[in-house]
Parts: sequence; C-alpha cells; structure tokens
Amino acid sequence: MTATLRAAAPAVPQAGVVTDDAIRTHALTKRFRTGQVAVDGIDLVVPRGAVYGFLGPNGSGKTTTIRMLLGLVAPTSGRVELLGEPVPQRAAHVLPRVGALVEGPAFQPYLSGRANLARLDAVDASTDPRTARARAEAALERVGLTAAADKRYRQYSLGMKQRLGLAAALLRPRDLLVLDEPTNGLDPQGTREVRHLVRELADGGTTVLVSSHLLAEIEQVCTHVGIMGRGHLLLQGPRTELTARRAARIAVRTLADRADAAATELRRLALDDVTADRPVADGTVTVSAAVRDDAGPAPQDVTAALVRADVPVVGVDVRRPSLEDVFVELTGEGFDVAR
Amino acid sequence: MSPADTTTSVAAPVSASRAVEPPARHRGALARLVRAELALVLGRRRNLVLLVGLALVPLLLGVVLYLAQDTALAGQGPPFVSRVTGNGLFLVVASLFLCTPFLLPLTIGIASGDAIAGEASAGTLRYLLVVPVGRGRLLAVKALGALVFAAAAVLAIAVVGLVVGAALFGVGDLTLLSGSTVPLGDGVLRVAGVVAYVGLSMTGLVAVGLFFSTLTEVPVGAMAATVVVAVVSSVLDQLPQLAAIHPALLTHHWFDFAEMLRVVPSADVLAQGLAVQAGWVVVFGALAWARFTTADVTS
Ligand SMILES: Nc1ncnc2c1ncn2[C@@H]1O[C@H](COP(=O)(O)OP(=O)(O)OP(=O)(O)O)[C@@H](O)[C@H]1O
Ligand SMILES: [Mg+2]
Repeated sequence: MTATLRAAAPAVPQAGVVTDDAIRTHALTKRFRTGQVAVDGIDLVVPRGAVYGFLGPNGSGKTTTIRMLLGLVAPTSGRVELLGEPVPQRAAHVLPRVGALVEGPAFQPYLSGRANLARLDAVDASTDPRTARARAEAALERVGLTAAADKRYRQYSLGMKQRLGLAAALLRPRDLLVLDEPTNGLDPQGTREVRHLVRELADGGTTVLVSSHLLAEIEQVCTHVGIMGRGHLLLQGPRTELTARRAARIAVRTLADRADAAATELRRLALDDVTADRPVADGTVTVSAAVRDDAGPAPQDVTAALVRADVPVVGVDVRRPSLEDVFVELTGEGFDVAR
Repeated sequence: MSPADTTTSVAAPVSASRAVEPPARHRGALARLVRAELALVLGRRRNLVLLVGLALVPLLLGVVLYLAQDTALAGQGPPFVSRVTGNGLFLVVASLFLCTPFLLPLTIGIASGDAIAGEASAGTLRYLLVVPVGRGRLLAVKALGALVFAAAAVLAIAVVGLVVGAALFGVGDLTLLSGSTVPLGDGVLRVAGVVAYVGLSMTGLVAVGLFFSTLTEVPVGAMAATVVVAVVSSVLDQLPQLAAIHPALLTHHWFDFAEMLRVVPSADVLAQGLAVQAGWVVVFGALAWARFTTADVTS
C-alpha cells in the first residue's frame, strides 16, 4: 500500500534533492533456496542519463541483480525503483520503457529473426500493431542484421544472436536499457559497434546500465561505475572519481642492472611507492612510482634527472589508473570467480 | 493487489516523462497475443508431426479393415472396430477409442508440458516477461494454446476418420449399441457428440501438463510426468480395492463417450464425466497459476 501511494504521488521534485534516478535499490537482497546469498543488501543508484558500468567477477551477483530489477526474480528483502516506480508492483507500467538483454539472447530457434521480433512485439499490449513491421525493420537495421533477418534463429552465429537480442531491446524507444554482457560473443568490430550504439543512445538521453566482467570493454563508455564482489556493491560513483582515488604512476623502463640506481633516483626526487617489476626478456626492467598531478616533478624533469644520474632511459610512461587497478585494490584479488 | 495497482490512468512522474508514448493498452492486444501463440503452437513442425501421426490411426485402421473385410477375421476386434465395415461413421468412434488410452494423452502431454517449460528452457520466458506481459495473462494464453492443440489432435482423428470411413465403407443410418437404428443425420450428430466429449475429457490432462510445465525448465520432464499421470490413473482405475476413488480419477470417465451411442444418452453420466474434468482443470489450473505468478524466473 505504501508503495502504491508513493507511486501515485510523484511529488514535485524538491530543489537539490535528486528524486528521479533511473534505477534505485534499497538494501536489495536475494537469498536463493540453496541458501546462497547472491546479492547482499545493495543500494544501487543509477542517475538519469548515465551510462552505468556494472562490473564484477563471474558469480558476483550482477545477473541476479538485473533479474530483480526487471521483476523476474523476487527479492528476499529490499526494494527496487525503476524510473521512479516500484518494481515488481508497477512493472507492467514501467517495463515498456525499459529494454533489456539478460544473460545472453534467447529466441525461438525455429523462427526467423524477423518473426521473433514480430512475436515479441505482438506480446506487447502497448504497441501499435500497425507500426509493428516498421519497428522491427528499424531495430534490425540498427544492429546491422537486415541481411540475416529471414534466417532461422538456430542458424545464427553467436554474434548474430547477440545482435538480435540488442534489436529486441531496441524494438521501441526506451528510457532505460539494461544490458547484461551485451558484447559477449561479438567480434572486435561488433564490440566497437555496441560501444558506439551505447554512446549514441546515451547521447539521445537514454540511461544505460551495462554489465560486464570485462573491465576494459566498459571503461571507454561509462560515466558511472558500480563494482560488485561476492554479492556486495563494493563501490559506485562517477567513473572519474573512482579512478581519481588512486594516483597515476610514472613508469620508467631501464636496463636491468641499473634498476637499483633508477629506484634510488626516483626516491631522491621524493616520489612515493617506488617499485621495480621483474626484468623482462629483452634485458629491461620497469621501475615505477606514484605521481601526483598537483605536486612533484613533471615527467620530463624525472627523465632529465635519471639521465643525469647515469640511468639509461629506454622508455617513460605516465599511467592513469584503470578500473581494473581500482578493482584489484578494492578486492585484493584477481578477477576470478570468488565462489 | 490493491485497486490502485491496476489503474492505468495514474500519470507517470512528471519529471520522468519523455518522448516515449505512455504504455496505454492498444485495442485488440489480447487477440494479437493469442494469434501469436496459436501461430507458434500450430506452426511448429514437431506439433504438426504429432497431428499427422494421430491422423494416420484412422487411415491405417480403415485400410486394414478394408483389406480384411472378406477374410475370416472380418467383424472381429474390440468394440466399435467390428462395426466399421458396416458404417464408415464408426471409423471415427473406433479410432478415438483406440487413441484415447495412450496416443492422445501422449500427444497432449507433449504439447501442454512444453507450454511454459519450453519457453523457460529456450530462455525466451524471461524476454516475454520483460516485454512485459502479465504472468497470469501469459499463463492463460499458454493454456489456451495447449487446449487448442488438444482440440486439433482430436479433430485430426475425427476428420480423417470421417473422410476415410466414408470413402471406404460409405455412411448410412447408424446402428446404436442396443441394436436399434437412427437416421444418418441423427447419427452424425451423435458421432459429433462423441468427438466433443473426448475433446473435453482431455482438458483435465491439459491442466495437469500446464502445472508440471511451470515446475521445471526441462520440457521433457513435464511431458513425461503428464503422460505418467494419465497412465497411473488408468492403472489405479483397474484396481477394485480403490473403487472408492475411481469416480474422481482423471481417466475414469474417458470412455463414457459411448453414452452418446445409446438410444437415450444419460445426461447424468455425461455431466459427471465433464464435472470431474472441470474439477481437475480448476485444481491444477489454480496450482499452475499459484506457482507461475510467484516463481523466480532464473532460466
Ligand atoms: N537459481 C539459482 N539458484 C541458486 N544460486 C544461484 C542461482 N542463480 C545464481 N546463483 C548463484 O548466485 C551467484 C551470483 O550469480 P549471478 O549469475 O548473479 O552472477 P554474475 O555476476 O552475473 O556472473 P557472470 O559474470 O558469470 O554472469 C552465483 O554464485 C550463482 O552460483
Ligand atoms: Mg551474469
């Protein structure tokens, strides 16, 4: 009842209070009948217009969370709000505005791609049957599947299946897209296209939640990031803030026998956290140190100082921390299945 | 569910609305959904093969009886079969009689057990639900699809039986069980009554199959369980020690279609059989609904 009242009274947004996040969960928890707590009290906040990278190793609870967002799985406890409306109570009302790809595409194997889209469209009580064909064609076109539209789904390659899944998610204009591993099985070209598509949709004002266990893939498109680990939301926020938590590093490649001299010189320049990697096959070694953007010597000064100290500089590189670095720092573990 | 949940007139949050049209329900949406489901069920090759298989029964039976009608074996065999050579109309009844114990339940078990479990195993169930379509509505449409297929199965036998029977043996006045004869028009009506009764007798099994179908992601499991229910029911029906429960068994009244071939069919007997089917439909329909509207979809 409370939920209904809340939904029915979309109060005038108060100044300074963000009332219309695209996705908001409160202490969302799922314990399966096996006893496994797949999602453990997460408070997801996806602002409108964001491209939210939902990251985490295999088995960390991303798909289970997404299933709860879409009303497929009932939470053990906690609440979900999608586009300002409680789910599952108002799912029928809000889901037409949400496109989804959940744990890979799935269609009727003996129907063609086009017939499968027509079927999904026919299931949607809120679409106009007269424009069904045009919608399907536009969606197929958008994912570059027009040429294979009349093939049976079972004859599709993995990437074609994935594209058809995206086409289904784009069958009508959406305010929110929830894409679980959308690039799974795509060739590099297809992966780039998906990134391009996500960017384009976001530019058009659609909020996108995209899950992946491949960090690099997401890093390039997302404005916000949430990192899952063992059912917990370890961290979330604007991407730039997350990676700014960790200092950039200057990495100097030098000859193996001069590694110690290089490290000494870096310390003398008052740089922190100096470490030397293991020598690689070509006889060089990388010595690195943390640098701060606002203080300390500039990279060219470091290079000059090293040369003066008779350290041969094979290469110098300033590395911004990647999401993977943040992730490893957070979890203290590799990007492996944790349970 | 409170009344407010079902109103569609509640405006979307002002701040949230954008270019997307409001999710109003288009007229004829349910008909469109039903059409899509029927196209799926009746367009599926496996289902068509099942229908053809059933249609072969009257064809083969008719041909065999035709070839054997001048031999010493003519006129022998189970009830109804012995009458086919005398009147082609009986080929319909005899074929239904032969298919009712196993072939028909098998066919119907396959179609109804597949209804939800098939979508779950293909992974399409989650995509149907997020379209979105209400779970109750989807279940109802799936049930309708399975019922239509059951009807198609019975009709496949009946129509082919009628055509083959008429072609090979001709049709004429119908001799009833008692030996008295009714005119052809009346006879056709009575045979149509047999077909209708057999069709309605399968509704309970459809409901059972639908329920099993909501329990699993493995369609074959649901299909097998459904067929097993029909088989076990007819086995129990053979045990005199269980006479007390016989009237409520799913299969107990299946052969009461013969009532249509009495001089004055007993409305009581027919109504009792149909009431038992209705009971099974209500109980297993409710179980299927309770399960499907609450289950986690993790397929
Ligand atoms: N139906 C289920 N019953 C019991 N446990 C489940 C079920 N579904 C998922 N789990 C468990 O919940 C945990 C989270 O699974 P989930 O599929 O959400 O992970 P994920 O983050 O999507 O992983 P991936 O990157 O591999 O897709 C896993 O440990 C999994 O074994
Ligand atoms: Mg997953």
